[in-house]
Amino acid sequence: MIELSGIVKKYGNLYAVNDISFKIGKGEIVGFLGPNGAGKSTTMNILTGYLSATSGTVKIDGIDILENPIKAKRRIGFLPEQPPLYLDMTVNEYLNFVYDLKHCTLNRKKHIAEICDVVKISDVSHRIIGHLSKGYRQRVGIAQALIGNPPVLIFDEPTVGLDPQQIIDIRELIHSLGQKHTVILSTHILSEVQAVCDRIIVINKGRLVADEKTADIGKAVKGAKKLSAKICGEPSKVCSVLENTEGVFRVECVKQSEYGSFEYIIDTDSGVCVEKPIFFALAKEALPIIEITNSQSSLEDVFISIVGENK
Amino acid sequence: MFPVYKREMRAYFTSPIGYIFMAVLLALSGGIFSLVNVWLFKTTDTTFYFIAMLCMSTVLIPLLTMKLFSEERKAKTEQILLTSPVSLFGIVFAKFAAAFTLFSVTFVFSCSVNFLTLSQIAKKTPVFSQYAGNILGVILIGAAFIAVGIFMSSLTENQLISAVTTFCVILVMLLLRVLADYVGNTLLRSVVKWFSVLDRFAYFTGGILSIPAIIYFISLSGVFLFLTARVYEARRWN
Repeated sequence: MIELSGIVKKYGNLYAVNDISFKIGKGEIVGFLGPNGAGKSTTMNILTGYLSATSGTVKIDGIDILENPIKAKRRIGFLPEQPPLYLDMTVNEYLNFVYDLKHCTLNRKKHIAEICDVVKISDVSHRIIGHLSKGYRQRVGIAQALIGNPPVLIFDEPTVGLDPQQIIDIRELIHSLGQKHTVILSTHILSEVQAVCDRIIVINKGRLVADEKTADIGKAVKGAKKLSAKICGEPSKVCSVLENTEGVFRVECVKQSEYGSFEYIIDTDSGVCVEKPIFFALAKEALPIIEITNSQSSLEDVFISIVGENK
Repeated sequence: MFPVYKREMRAYFTSPIGYIFMAVLLALSGGIFSLVNVWLFKTTDTTFYFIAMLCMSTVLIPLLTMKLFSEERKAKTEQILLTSPVSLFGIVFAKFAAAFTLFSVTFVFSCSVNFLTLSQIAKKTPVFSQYAGNILGVILIGAAFIAVGIFMSSLTENQLISAVTTFCVILVMLLLRVLADYVGNTLLRSVVKWFSVLDRFAYFTGGILSIPAIIYFISLSGVFLFLTARVYEARRWN
């Protein structure tokens, strides 16, 4: 559906995007991840034809965006970082304008009403956009992208500035859109990607540093699985026992806890079950475990380690 | 292209700009014409009136064009236009057409009223072809000036800068005729004169439908609209 190959964008001598290539299939929801200034927005702007790459090609549904921009753009719904809203129009007028602009051929009234329903803006459709709150504006921005039912949806930081309930709503919305559309969304909120996306592409300093399925991305990093445990007994003894257990990379005693126990963070191999050997090893030394939880290495850790490696 | 035109027309009247433009143009046009042609001299010679209107356009046209691109750029709304299945030149032309419609409709309306005033109240009817020729001339020059304004507007995201630079460029274009006299080199002088807007306007004032003059004004507009599209094209690559 989307094919980027060897995209380079130079501003003077500065590489904003440096040799990024990937393919996204139909119906995938892909999270585009990276710290601020990594080149996420630039890549998205190139994808949508707003900017042109210094070199490399972008194909949407097999159509080159430079050779046939109008045909390619027809297949894209884009929500830029700042929703492109005309504040002097009402929501309805604005959506009608976008409908005309995209040469949409679907039933006008029905299509717009459906979209308003999906993004939950039907109750404000007669209000002037300038008078709406940030959350509603963001939704109007999403509605605008959905007009014409484009097969590809590109959202640049869709949940920025929304309240927690709205964030959940929008995530659910994006998730449901993924059934019919190919969705790319950029964000630096990792939990969002974990919640919504099938696949994660991480870029840092303009380079692609990881491209994995969401479920697999933890495995990409050594010591990805993390356990948090409360264990009674002398910390030095506990640590030495744990370190000698198979599958454990690193142990750290964090703080003293209840019933004379200490809290530990244990980095382990993600592929194997280490809880059992830990249990037996500690039982043998009569070191009771009060609590052990799988604080599965968060995407934050993965992200920081991936981005950190590339510094 | 048409949706953009429609939106721009609408935007003129949801903001005060459209009303201010029309009010000022109608007041100045009616005022000057009534004072000079109807009241003071009771004359059918409308040359002064039309030249005066051209001078007024240096102030009025920037009002129409200053926001066309700069506002979109500042509010980042241009992104929706540039990522929609519309050609770049289509967008530029739609904006031009909106400003041109407002300008020409208001002006033609005002001229018709003036014509009636002169013929009914002062009982003096101007030569129709001459009068119509003048109107056509002002409209064509107006189109060129609007194209200049759109070009200036595409260069900056500040509306004030856009308006002031448009004013300056239009003023220089109008004054080329006078400036030409100060050019020493004869070849250069003839070149400057060739570009002079007022020299070509003189045909219309005389009631002559000069095809070269019409082509000149239309191409002048075309060149500036083309340049505007190039500005956007270039920005995409840089």
